[in-house]
Amino acid sequence: MDDARRRFLKIAGLSVLGLGIKPVTDAVATAGEVEITSSPNALKAKRWAMVVDIKKCLKAKKGCKECVIACNTTHNVPEFDNPKDEVKWIWLTSVKHAFPDQESQYAEGYYKDTLQDLPFVVLCNHCDNPPCVRVCPVQATFRRADGIVMMDYHRCIGCRFCMAACPFGARSLNWRDPRPFIKTPLNREYPTRSRGVVEKCTFCDERLAKGLQPACVAACKDKALVFGDVEDPNSEVRELLRKNPSIRRKPQLGTHPQVYYIL
Amino acid sequence: MYNSGKIIIGIIIFLVLATFPFWFNRGVAQAPPKLEVGTQEKQCVESTPFMKANHMKLLVDWRDYVVRDGKREYTSTTGKKFDMSLQNTCMKCHTQKTKFCDRCHDYVEVAPTCWDCHIAPVEPGQAQQAKALRSSN
Repeated sequence: MDDARRRFLKIAGLSVLGLGIKPVTDAVATAGEVEITSSPNALKAKRWAMVVDIKKCLKAKKGCKECVIACNTTHNVPEFDNPKDEVKWIWLTSVKHAFPDQESQYAEGYYKDTLQDLPFVVLCNHCDNPPCVRVCPVQATFRRADGIVMMDYHRCIGCRFCMAACPFGARSLNWRDPRPFIKTPLNREYPTRSRGVVEKCTFCDERLAKGLQPACVAACKDKALVFGDVEDPNSEVRELLRKNPSIRRKPQLGTHPQVYYIL
Repeated sequence: MYNSGKIIIGIIIFLVLATFPFWFNRGVAQAPPKLEVGTQEKQCVESTPFMKANHMKLLVDWRDYVVRDGKREYTSTTGKKFDMSLQNTCMKCHTQKTKFCDRCHDYVEVAPTCWDCHIAPVEPGQAQQAKALRSSN
């Protein structure tokens, strides 16, 4: 009797030991570990920002829209015929619309004569305190650590709270399936959006990940758009902001826009 | 019970009709679809059994890493590195969506919404697909 009990305990003990070892042998057996990293070429910053040097954007008067076309082509931005359906990532607008609160009868003279009534390039300001992020009920839009206000189109439910919250009109809803309305050659490297999803400029996060400048910045031959890290005191954007007076759109709203304009 | 005859006959007819698909197809196995992988590479991102069972989870994980964390590089258990992109990695190799993805998805009756936004590759013999993408849809 005792002998059988002894044998049973021995076998049971060995079995337990064997089970305990299994995860260890399993770990050794698998070849490698899955690793998820950002690409080594990716551009990184503490705080991405853009400077628009309006004085250099003189061709806009002659109908230059290189930045807008580059963006629309890169991101398959649709072009709806009805202005109510309009989808905009980066676009040109009048001073009156870009800076409604900076108007004075004398400043108008400056815009008219010195800036020759140039249209202004406007886009998502990637605010430091983005109201669109605060109101999104599903966290489809969020602020990345490097300041980019991103969209997760997968999660967007199309409630348009963000559009109501954004004081810059930088967000657009796809009221209809956008695919038939993509007028630029289709970029097969980038997705389109679907109906019922809000879209906007993402500072070309997909290009930054590859080590490229945003499409609009790369497209501007006059270097009117400059993109970089404002937290880096040696960056080009900081250099421009140090040497020139700059303004931002609607700063009194406290959203801390990160697109700066040099007039 | 009033009208028991009619009620019982009614119940029997109902049961026969409701279970019709089950006994009509009894013993007939629906043939699984023949998939044409059509890839150049021998090995997918992970092993084939893993991909068969977990590709949907892998893609959802990839999506979250890319969109939420901005991390786009995947080092698989084979040690190879991949750009985490459905459109630019998966579909560049799996170029026959209709003969691979769709056949199985149709068979198991799932309708993933990936293609509402992500652009499917143009398949040989389907050169008009690119045009169709614009006109129809």
